Amino acid sequence: MFLEIITPDLKLFSGEVSLIQLPGIDGSFELLNNHAPIVSVLAKGKIKIIDSEKTKQYFDVNGGVIEMQNNKAIILAE
Amino acid sequence: MANLKEVRYRITSVNSTQQITSAMKMVSASKLRRAQDAIIKLRPYANKLKEILQNLSSNLDNSSEGAYSKQRKVQKVLLIAISSNRGLCGAFNSNVIKATNVLINTTFAEQFKSNNGSIMTFGKKVSEFYAKRPYPIFESNNQIFDHLTFNNVAPLAEKVMKAFATGNFDKVVIIYNQFKNAAVQILSTEDYLPIVPQENEVVKKSKMDYIFEPNKEEIVSELIPKSLKIQLYKALLDSHAAEHGARMTAMHKATDNAQELLKELRLTYNKARQAAITNEILEIVGGAEALKG
Repeated sequence: MFLEIITPDLKLFSGEVSLIQLPGIDGSFELLNNHAPIVSVLAKGKIKIIDSEKTKQYFDVNGGVIEMQNNKAIILAE
Repeated sequence: MANLKEVRYRITSVNSTQQITSAMKMVSASKLRRAQDAIIKLRPYANKLKEILQNLSSNLDNSSEGAYSKQRKVQKVLLIAISSNRGLCGAFNSNVIKATNVLINTTFAEQFKSNNGSIMTFGKKVSEFYAKRPYPIFESNNQIFDHLTFNNVAPLAEKVMKAFATGNFDKVVIIYNQFKNAAVQILSTEDYLPIVPQENEVVKKSKMDYIFEPNKEEIVSELIPKSLKIQLYKALLDSHAAEHGARMTAMHKATDNAQELLKELRLTYNKARQAAITNEILEIVGGAEALKG
């Protein structure tokens, strides 16, 4: 799926990923390819992604929102 | 014929003015680059946030309308006017003042006549202008542009939102210069509060069955204040970038004009100089003639 991570100041990440692990406000959860459309609010924590080359990347966020539909995910982080 | 010394003096003064204006242009250009970066980076964020909100609200029933989208009878108005702290940027500030005055005298004339209209000002130019007017000032902030960060803007946005939620205002409008490119600023008037529900056809069509985590209401109550803060922050960033763009253009024109003026003055100077030399020669020749005779 295609993922974009945007903050008010810069674009953190943009590219194909196979897994996103997110810090939801009710606990951590993961999104895989072809996930159903979802909107969720994020708590402070770490976002983990696995990109198409199977390498892991981590991003620290202070909260944010994720929206995913049609295999396209957007994280508005803070 | 102009006095030689006078013209020389004017040339020096125009020259130094030109140096100042071209230096100011350079300064604005570098500041513009920074301000432009900031606004360009924020725009995708703001747009995406708006998109998500629209997607959400098309999925929402009207029952869960928040405190910020309540349409009330407009009795008390707040106008947020955003200008710059400094002048010498063309019509930048006067455009904001003009547009604000038009709103005061037309759309919200009733409210302002009955003393129910307030003004919130960002930037010295509008602050000074409205300090002399009889309208109540809700808040006036001139230091915001020194450290224009989201964390500094958020409390101000919260203050406005709180005043709206508690019924101190029924409508909030922002007047600011939108940054298009370095040479063009678009003066825009935006309704800030209450939030206008976006009833786009496109949005309706893309109605999706979202999973909401944890639930719709919580997400909306989290997102709406955030988007309002972003909206004010965006307006301020826009205005900031537009100010430097406007100043750069104004200073560029001033430098060009000074160049033109210098050209004319040099011509006058040379004419005067040549006239003086001719005069001198005439005198010498005349004197020599007289001695001969």
